[in-house]
Amino acid sequence: MDARVTLTVDGSRRELTVDTRTTLLDLLRDRLGAMAPKKGCDHGQCGACTVLIDGRRATTCLAFAVAHDGATVTTAQGLSNGAELHPVQQDFLDHDAFQCGYCTPGQICSAVGMIEEARAGHPSHVTRDLTGPVVLDDEEIRERMSGNLCRCGAYVNIVAAIRDVILKETPP
Amino acid sequence: MRPFKYVRATDPANAVALVANRPGAAFLAGGTNLVDHMKLGIAEPDLLVDVSRLPLDRIEQSPAGGVRIGAAVRNSDLAADPMIRTRYPALSQALLAGASGQLRTLATTAGNLMQRTRCPYFQDLTTPCNKRTPGAGCSAIGGHNRDHAILGCSAECIATHPSDMAVALAALEASVVVLGPEGERRVPLADFYRLPGDTPHLDTNLGRGELILAVEMPPLAFAERSAYRKVRDRASFAFALVSVAAALDVRDGAVADVRVALGGVAHTPWRALRAEAMLRGGPATPDAFRAAADAELAAAQPLPGNAFKVPLARNTIVNVLTALARETA
Repeated sequence: MDARVTLTVDGSRRELTVDTRTTLLDLLRDRLGAMAPKKGCDHGQCGACTVLIDGRRATTCLAFAVAHDGATVTTAQGLSNGAELHPVQQDFLDHDAFQCGYCTPGQICSAVGMIEEARAGHPSHVTRDLTGPVVLDDEEIRERMSGNLCRCGAYVNIVAAIRDVILKETPP
Repeated sequence: MRPFKYVRATDPANAVALVANRPGAAFLAGGTNLVDHMKLGIAEPDLLVDVSRLPLDRIEQSPAGGVRIGAAVRNSDLAADPMIRTRYPALSQALLAGASGQLRTLATTAGNLMQRTRCPYFQDLTTPCNKRTPGAGCSAIGGHNRDHAILGCSAECIATHPSDMAVALAALEASVVVLGPEGERRVPLADFYRLPGDTPHLDTNLGRGELILAVEMPPLAFAERSAYRKVRDRASFAFALVSVAAALDVRDGAVADVRVALGGVAHTPWRALRAEAMLRGGPATPDAFRAAADAELAAAQPLPGNAFKVPLARNTIVNVLTALARETA
């Protein structure tokens, strides 16, 4: 059954008719040609489809597009400002934080979202003092990024890239 | 996936009416479990009533001095809420131990309560499962049952409830506020879930069309000293083998009051009432914690694949209570 959906994707307003069964991920890739989010497991377990929905990181494979009518979606592609890469994108390049690259757009969106969460003071599973300040050390980065799998095993450099982004934002 | 009609509910009563009158209808909130089940063929609704945008997204002080959590509050927002972090830390910790950051953004309070077991046989349409198809048989009993229940099992089903949040809510004596065709009612968490018995296809005592409006936390002063510990095969992003939520009030070295609930061990979050009764008034020592844990677990019915959960649950109870006692001292 069809439904009308309006979304803002990477800055462009898009209006289209979709089958209600269409996930946000399939809409982005198959209908709008936004190929940055990837279909890995399609069951919410790998994080390759992660984007920012209204500024917050979210998996798109377990979301029906029709339920997100009106949302603003930013994919990894939409993070850059023309030729100028987002700091997280640049640091992934500088730190060689990928091999095949399939998980990378999801990793980058997840990193952008989680840095915002930490900035807002949100604790994580490894935060010892729930009401204290959040310091994104390596243990915190690993925990907060655990929803993004990398089958190449580039985790060490992914942590290094994110650590570097944070260091540049808050110089010692 | 079976085609379905999608409707956005205009208010809670509208949502209830739409689902109550149509056997194939289901509520949709964050979708992180339901959409997966629709992909797998476990759920085949012909109408989805979207309740995620109903004005049920607030966390507020309740008149009784507790906290009322709206059904549509996102797991990430609930975990980060300053009032929850301060007054009910076990609840924040439980939420943060569940799923991943990008799933918690979508998942809601009510959806978390309503999520279904991750028993691999339940999720696999090619294997018999009494929860999916009543009378079909249970593949886990005699199959791979490392993740399965040790308490409250039946000959029909040994599935566990997957929620971390619900374990904390059970320990903190939360109630679920529900709207149905007959009106509103409050269901204590202890009466919300069902043991499998011979009706393992029923997870909860909700009636057809009943919609969760909120979760209410009673005022519980010593919940400020509560904790949630989760033991799992990976350090992160995995379901619990065993988990423990506890709150402890120690005065002059004795247990003035205590709440303990276990996860990963039963078809419901398992409130350890027997252990609590043994502990009240007694010494707040590891030996006493161990004796109480053993008493609670005396009723365990472990299988060869999950017998390790009995000592694991005991040790985790002792560990959490000992840490809380030290914090209080």
